[in-house]
Amino acid sequence: MTDRVLPVILPLPKALRRDASSSRLCLSLWHAIALAAFVALTAMAADAATGQPTRASVLVVLARWSPLLLRGFGFNILISLMAMAIGTALGVFLGLGLVSPRRPVHALSWVLTEFFRNAPWLVLLFFMIYMLPFRIQIGPLSIALPDWVKAVIGLGLPVMANVAEIMRGAVQSIHPGQWEAAESLGFTRNQQLWQIVLPQCLKRMIPPWMNLYAILAMGTTLASIVGVNDVVTLAGQVQAAEGGRTDLLAPLYGYVLLLFFIYSYPIALLTQRLERRYAVHI
Amino acid sequence: MHGIAIWFRHLYETTGINLTIAYDPFDRARFLDGFLVTLELSAITIIGSIVVGVIGAWLQGARLVWTRRIVQVYIQLFRNTPPLVQMFFFYFGLSSLLPTIKNSFGMQEPPVSGFAWACISLIFFAGAFNVEIFRSGIEAIPSSTIEAAEALGYTRLQTYLNVVLPLAMRVCLPALTNNLVNLIKTTTLAYAIAVPELLYVSNQIWSDSVNVPVMMVVLFIIYTALVGLLVAAMKAWERALHRPGLGT
Repeated sequence: MTDRVLPVILPLPKALRRDASSSRLCLSLWHAIALAAFVALTAMAADAATGQPTRASVLVVLARWSPLLLRGFGFNILISLMAMAIGTALGVFLGLGLVSPRRPVHALSWVLTEFFRNAPWLVLLFFMIYMLPFRIQIGPLSIALPDWVKAVIGLGLPVMANVAEIMRGAVQSIHPGQWEAAESLGFTRNQQLWQIVLPQCLKRMIPPWMNLYAILAMGTTLASIVGVNDVVTLAGQVQAAEGGRTDLLAPLYGYVLLLFFIYSYPIALLTQRLERRYAVHI
Repeated sequence: MHGIAIWFRHLYETTGINLTIAYDPFDRARFLDGFLVTLELSAITIIGSIVVGVIGAWLQGARLVWTRRIVQVYIQLFRNTPPLVQMFFFYFGLSSLLPTIKNSFGMQEPPVSGFAWACISLIFFAGAFNVEIFRSGIEAIPSSTIEAAEALGYTRLQTYLNVVLPLAMRVCLPALTNNLVNLIKTTTLAYAIAVPELLYVSNQIWSDSVNVPVMMVVLFIIYTALVGLLVAAMKAWERALHRPGLGT
């Protein structure tokens, strides 16, 4: 039945339909190929600029060090996942504080949120690296805190504040009629929040939350500045290991850019699609 | 001035709060220099990224498919890669491919300074977001407005500059403010390529005086103040631009 169309109103051509998912995925692949070509191009330009045939070509060097760089990139992803987990767990509490009708709770959460949202990530990272002890003693238990754990905490805090803000925004976007209707049905304030409002918020929070994750994944490179052996540090070390060849710098950092692009571009596309699907049409 | 210095020295001796930037002229001078560099960096990148955003949004409305595609590739590349690696790519990668020039002392030096590379990479990074922001503002303009401008004989560029952009600006100011706040925070990345901005000089000061917590608090206060100033200025601009009947 649904396949039949009236002769006067033809269905929209496939390319113009909003959920043309297949073409979108092709696009992402194309972008990646363009970027790979870009890296190869800088590599060849660098090769041509030096013109010394005795040295290994840039592409060979990249291929040789790929396992190490990929492992470093995996470390970045691990840091981002852990920071996201910590940040989300804490951020939900902070967000609940932000929508709380109790004044002191609201004020305290507001101050915390604004502080961590407005402080530069790098300064927060430095703060954690210098301020946290390298070992915590809890009774007989002593936990070592290596730099990367401190970096996870340092990245988790701004994520926490942003998650709280996302949550507040989502709760505010729920029509006040929902609260009133729930109240008139005899729900308590807690029930209104947990059974009526928050379930509706969840869907709206997912796209900005994923966006935040993408930003965090980019932010993990900051850990290299404070001494964590992530992919950016490794790229520098690879260059040093190859005898400090300056022509390697552009291809190496281009390669790191490519890794991040391949990782986060699909996330960005998915976020866009979810945003469109969950968009509120007034 | 001298009295203040004495008071802060006294504060250090009695409480241990070591604000060297308040009583030590050397530290004060370099801290002020760093602050000025941060201000300069922020101002240049804010203006530059807005210009990139305006031009990019104009090119995105171009009739040529390839122009639009290139702008789209630029946006996606810079949005989905870490700004730090972009900066390294520019500063280490591209700068090593450029020929060096002789300076006045007869030393070889790169033609583009670290500060300039920081500006360039931050402008490209924030500009990519600004293009998207402006585009969303432009999309909010009803097509009848553009058609009206066309009917009055405006060219495409005139329509964009005199009709579309002023209206779109009002729609996208809140998002623009957000991005510019982010940009100010991102200027700290210039630390990584040894541009002597606020974080860099603070690092030098706390390495010399071992007053990390105090300098951290100072940093937080200054960045919060900078962000607050920008937000206040953008809010004021938003109010000044407000036209009844447009937007909320």
